[in-house]
Amino acid sequence: MRHAITLRSGPPATLRAVSRISREEVERVAALARLSVTDEEAGRLAVELDRLLEYVDTLNSLDTEGVAPTSHVIPMATPVREDRAAPPMDPELAVANAPCREGSAFVVPKVIEGEEEG
Amino acid sequence: MPAPPGTLQSGRDDLDAGRVSSVELVDAALARAEGSGAELNAFVGMRAERARAEATEADARRARGERRSPMDGIPVAIKDNMVEMGEPTTAGSAILEGFVSPYTSTVVERLQAAGAVVIGRTNLDEFAMGSSTEHSCFGPTHNPWDRERTPGGSSGGSAAAVAAGIVPAALGSDTGGSIRQPAALCGVVGIKPSYGRVSRFGLVAFASSLDQIGGFAHTAADTAWVLEAIAGHDPKDSTSLHEPVPRYSEALTGDVSGLVVGLPREYFVEDGVDPGVLSAVREAVAELERAGAVVREVSLPHTAYAVAAYYLIATAEASSNLARYDGVRYGHRAADSNGLTDMYERTRSEGFGAEVKRRIVLGTYVLSAGYYEAYYRKAQQVRTLLRRDFDEAFRDCDLIATPTCPETAFRLAEKTDDPLRMYLSDVYTVSAPLAGIPGLSVPCGLSDGLPVGLQLLGPVLGEAVLLRAADAFQGLTDHHTLRPPETP
Amino acid sequence: MTRSPHPDYEVVIGLEVHTHLRTESKLFSPAPVTYGEEPNHSVHPICLALPGVLPVLNDRAVEFAIRAGLATHCKIHTRSVFARKNYFYPDLPKGYQISQYEEPVATGGWIEIPVEDGGIRRIGITRIHMEEDAGKSIHDAAIAGDATHVDLNRAGVPLLEIVSEPDLRSPAEAGTYLRSLRSFLRYIQVSDADLEKGQFRCDANLSLRRHGESLLGIRTELKNLNSFRFVESALEAEIERQAGILDAGGQVVQATLAYDAATHRTRVLRLKENADDYRYFPDPDLVPLVIPEERIERIRAELPELGDAKRERFVTQYGLPEYDARLLTASRSLADFFEAAVSAYDTAKPVANWILRDVQQALGERDLEIEDAKLTPGALAALIRLVDEGATTVQSARGLVPELVERGGDPEALVREGGLEAVSDSDVLGQAVDQVLRDHADDADRYRGGETRVLNFLMGQVMRQTGGKANPGVVRELLVRKLESQACP
Repeated sequence: MRHAITLRSGPPATLRAVSRISREEVERVAALARLSVTDEEAGRLAVELDRLLEYVDTLNSLDTEGVAPTSHVIPMATPVREDRAAPPMDPELAVANAPCREGSAFVVPKVIEGEEEG
Repeated sequence: MPAPPGTLQSGRDDLDAGRVSSVELVDAALARAEGSGAELNAFVGMRAERARAEATEADARRARGERRSPMDGIPVAIKDNMVEMGEPTTAGSAILEGFVSPYTSTVVERLQAAGAVVIGRTNLDEFAMGSSTEHSCFGPTHNPWDRERTPGGSSGGSAAAVAAGIVPAALGSDTGGSIRQPAALCGVVGIKPSYGRVSRFGLVAFASSLDQIGGFAHTAADTAWVLEAIAGHDPKDSTSLHEPVPRYSEALTGDVSGLVVGLPREYFVEDGVDPGVLSAVREAVAELERAGAVVREVSLPHTAYAVAAYYLIATAEASSNLARYDGVRYGHRAADSNGLTDMYERTRSEGFGAEVKRRIVLGTYVLSAGYYEAYYRKAQQVRTLLRRDFDEAFRDCDLIATPTCPETAFRLAEKTDDPLRMYLSDVYTVSAPLAGIPGLSVPCGLSDGLPVGLQLLGPVLGEAVLLRAADAFQGLTDHHTLRPPETP
Repeated sequence: MTRSPHPDYEVVIGLEVHTHLRTESKLFSPAPVTYGEEPNHSVHPICLALPGVLPVLNDRAVEFAIRAGLATHCKIHTRSVFARKNYFYPDLPKGYQISQYEEPVATGGWIEIPVEDGGIRRIGITRIHMEEDAGKSIHDAAIAGDATHVDLNRAGVPLLEIVSEPDLRSPAEAGTYLRSLRSFLRYIQVSDADLEKGQFRCDANLSLRRHGESLLGIRTELKNLNSFRFVESALEAEIERQAGILDAGGQVVQATLAYDAATHRTRVLRLKENADDYRYFPDPDLVPLVIPEERIERIRAELPELGDAKRERFVTQYGLPEYDARLLTASRSLADFFEAAVSAYDTAKPVANWILRDVQQALGERDLEIEDAKLTPGALAALIRLVDEGATTVQSARGLVPELVERGGDPEALVREGGLEAVSDSDVLGQAVDQVLRDHADDADRYRGGETRVLNFLMGQVMRQTGGKANPGVVRELLVRKLESQACP
């Protein structure tokens, strides 16, 4: 199927000298998203994402200087909630779906050195 | 045994006339879902026991002369990304394996308040990410018109369930076309309301600034009832609009004379669209014109950038929305992990499918340091330009008509290996959610025996005019009475 | 923990304080804010980040953020934006924290803190923003064994993050800033800031530079400093570490550190180059927060009189020295106590003296705040009046303060029951005076020789003789009479 509107097909990503996203970058980003990828997956993702990024680069032909970004599409007043506490959930229900629990606490594997956060 | 109701209206009429009971209608719908409809794989879970109990209550109400709404006692279906207390929700993902919701979404509450009886949850692309309902941990849904083809997606299960006559109406969600595209490919009506018109509370999030719940039915009149039941302000959703909900069903005058229909020149490009689709859409517009509508060319100059902007914004938001699936509080957790990071990575890699992972990686990338401005911010700026395009166009017309999709239902597995090609099939549908405007797809004929959809787009909160035009069109034509060949 | 300035380096410290707001419910969820509950007994689907939940902003948190911003002389922004800070941790249920990033609610203010020479220093406030707290990860092996437990009761509790300019120049000054900020937040009633409950926490940025250098050095960040003393010790340790590196000609590396109190050393947790990429972006589930000007002005008008304004008023209205005024306005409750006592008494200075000397000492010894004391302003006024009237002596009255603080009561009754009435009986006192004049005949002669200031010494001796119960007026009169009537031999 051809798309006069949108598709500007270039050569396959694998043949281009400079790709937009390397396999190493895919691995870095996957780690940031807590996804483990095999070498093969990283390679395939790099090719796919490169092609997608090439496509979205068409946006760069558009001058958006001074255009305000849209985060929320319909302008409206800030909704707020009165500070009133509702009864908490039944704690049994709160942890009912937990893959691992002890009493009413969720249990996760021990946080090991270097995994500190926050 | 009675058949499931053909439409909400016929179901309501049969119930009112006492020709059938709600329990009978619900049983018939359940029987078809599990019988002749089963091979469509439209449903991922049934709600038989609760549905029968609710149907019994509906019959009791009717016996007392009470009726909650025109939908009272009529079987419907919901997409499996809207939660209900005590019921599983999977969003088509293995990562939500075993999850049973401890709370209820606003839309499900509203359906229940209207007396509609949910018989089951329908299949979808995992986390609503897809255009074919193939990316589901439950396997693909098949198009009732041709089992070898996709019903579209991501709300393919709901569209197929309505098209196959299992239920007269169903809910779906639309982020980039996930209601309108499957509606077109399955030959039913599908509406995506304005952003904020229907509460998202309890809808499993894909891309929060774009997601919107809407509905499927055979007729615009039925669709108006569904929308009346689910629309309206919800204090639990900060993006919910306060404007009162009009009686959509009363807006259906059957008349389009004087209505100005805009045809965006960027959408009617001969070599971008299947010729059969284009001619069916042109004929539909001509029909409206013959009925008194004024047809005018308009321009949406930034259309060519919509798919790119959409995929940047949607994947960025999704990468963040899907971070909560971490194996800690619910859902799947990988066994025998070595430390926390390993648990996270294995859980998420096992639980998410390939398409979801691809989008999470893309979305994480476009938000990451050094790329935010170039990709995410840029896409949001383009979003502003797209909104302005529509503002400008709606100065000159009351609604816009386009093809819903550039083609009819494609073959299963035809595009799964080519994500970009799959994304490009959303070319006509992504602009409406980017601009927050309502869109509706109405069947406008067949091309090579497969349904074609006419898309109508309106200004923000212009749902009534879309329904009115679609209803008038259905009054002039009988496309909506066509049923898939194998449907009884 | 005061120290002289480092001989070689100027210390540059900036602090980020997180303080829980005093709300009933959480920032984006109606779950109650509680302390000490069983794990996950104070949660709602929103706190658990269940699929499909959405945040709705707590209006009182907004009110408190505006109040804190105005009270610290910040500009309140009529538009601010909630953003998602994305990172993975088990006690962060959504995988992101809703915070404010590019557009916070308040920026560009200051607070004043007392400095050692009795003066005041102004510390800049860079920004104040609202955000939600995370839950708690429990690593304690006694509870969690070889796993980690996660409790989300705290997840979503509203926080203000208050970021200071790098204006602090020593650990002691950092400690003073934190104490001042804490009492200030309590004063304007936006936070209980209870350190024990983890309601007031601090991260510190620290760098060193050679004296006279204008560029800032490379800074490190110390995380999770949970008591004032801990902050000061940690900063001391980090100064030592950085100075050691610089002394050896090395370069400080940007890093996040933790402080180990047992070894008094800071330890690198992670280097900046490995820092997380938080991928901030505006939260699409929340619309920008719009605060109308009228609301800001209303809150400004309702603001309690602030520390510095009150201090100035205490100087002009009560004629107090600047120093006394500053101490009395350190907390709202102390200032209120003072003003109530003054209105029950008459003149301000004696009340100030009694509070700053005796009452504060009694509170300090018991680790109490004035609002915890049983002593009422009226009782303090009554006690001072008993001294003025000669019904009891200063010494006796001072001795009663600890009891009044601990148990309260009526000063007059306590004086009576304690047998603390001043002795005015001339016969009884005459004997004591005679005894003193006999024992200190030399001093009596010096008085008679014109050294009249010896009288005070002699009075003191009489008071001692009488166990502090003698009415000083009567004693003075008797002494003068006897000294002048007994002619020289």
